Amino acid sequence: MSAIGVLALQGAFREHEDVLSDLGAECFEIRKRADLDRPMDGLVIPGGESTVMGKLIRDMGMAGPLRAKIEGGMPVLGTCAGMILLAEDVVGGTSCLGTMPVTVRRNAYGRQLGSFSARGNFCGREIPLEFIRAPAVASVGEGVSVLCEHDGLPVAVRYGNQIATAFHPELTDDRTVHSMFLGEL
Amino acid sequence: MADQSRYGLNKELAQMLKGGVIMDVTTPEQARIAEEAGACAVMALERIPADIRAAGGVSRMSDPKMIKGIQDAVSIPVMAKCRIGHFVEAQILEAIEIDYIDESEVLSPADDVYHIDKTAFKVPFVCGARDLGEALRRIGEGASMIRTKGEPGTGDVVQAVSHMRAMNRQIAELGAIRDDEVYEYAKQFQVPLDLARYVHENGRLPVVNFAAGGIATPADAALMMQLGADGVFVGSGIFKSGNPAKRAAAIVRAVTDYNDPEVLAEVSEDLGEAMVGINKDEIDKLENISMAERGQ
Repeated sequence: MSAIGVLALQGAFREHEDVLSDLGAECFEIRKRADLDRPMDGLVIPGGESTVMGKLIRDMGMAGPLRAKIEGGMPVLGTCAGMILLAEDVVGGTSCLGTMPVTVRRNAYGRQLGSFSARGNFCGREIPLEFIRAPAVASVGEGVSVLCEHDGLPVAVRYGNQIATAFHPELTDDRTVHSMFLGEL
Repeated sequence: MADQSRYGLNKELAQMLKGGVIMDVTTPEQARIAEEAGACAVMALERIPADIRAAGGVSRMSDPKMIKGIQDAVSIPVMAKCRIGHFVEAQILEAIEIDYIDESEVLSPADDVYHIDKTAFKVPFVCGARDLGEALRRIGEGASMIRTKGEPGTGDVVQAVSHMRAMNRQIAELGAIRDDEVYEYAKQFQVPLDLARYVHENGRLPVVNFAAGGIATPADAALMMQLGADGVFVGSGIFKSGNPAKRAAAIVRAVTDYNDPEVLAEVSEDLGEAMVGINKDEIDKLENISMAERGQ
């Protein structure tokens, strides 16, 4: 059985754990630097506030070890704030892990009144998309493939072992994104 | 419910705030300090509860211009308070695209019978609750997030603790009764039947539940988290203390590491003076207001 480390500093980490357990994966929470030493087959960076998680990652000295794992090929799934933390460039903000060559814009759809539900084609399959004060991908670098678009903007991208979504697959009953991630292990 | 998908999105924003600290701020400068310290959202208001308590008189929604100044200063969600039952204050807050409205007992109630019909709004609402009955009535009215009431502006955590314990105990009780007893329960506690059923079947509220009222130290915040809160609001506790930036960051860390006494010891060191505080017995003696009793 595979063990997935779910970054549990702030935000909707339990929702990811529920989905992953439902799909038969074993999860544990990464709450401090020492948790990164546990055997791990994959990593999830959840939704929440990217400013909060970014600060805690830096304060706890976790940025280096996380980056090393991702650059070493560990499969990672980042959703919403997780996508912002993975991005190399953040418009109007600072990059945290910077392992994915994309530029993202925070709060691209505005405040909470701009949050919305939609459906989109994710690798040939129609899935529900929940956008909560969501970021958008402004541009993608070389080697990044677009897995899903909404209104002409990429909302799910992939770069090697890294998958990132601007929406929240952990908040719906559809398991497509998490199944793809688990398929990488 | 006017729009189920909007209500879902509003509950989901609260889910994203979990494990975080929402801080009261009165100026853009304080908002920036809060954001840098790791607040997951800020509550924009003209006077923090301790000062509202000291000033007395009628306390109302803040000046929209002041709120907009704070919205411009930070990138995290901005919340603001309206008076209980004052649906026009809520309409104004929606017009300036606030991220969350707190229909709050901290302000003077505008209606002594009715709360706002929150289903008539697109923006989300958080409401205070002292027990399961109050929580389910507010959710029935359309609240997409609940917090304990505590006794705001006191720096005394005892009320928040008692509200959180009452809520947990009542959720356990409702979970333990037979299926055919839920009707009578709903009748007795004056709560919507579908919500009573949800709690009976799932053993939890259908929305996120934060702790609020009197939280002043990292230890207070961790106490509320260990008692089952999804996150905390800190009102007067930060900017009424000696070193707001340091205390704010310490409380953020305490909410993440609430189960780790070593980290809690480390972040509790050298924070300077905590807010002075006033306790519930003194409030009663001084015939000051008990805000928690507003809006049942």
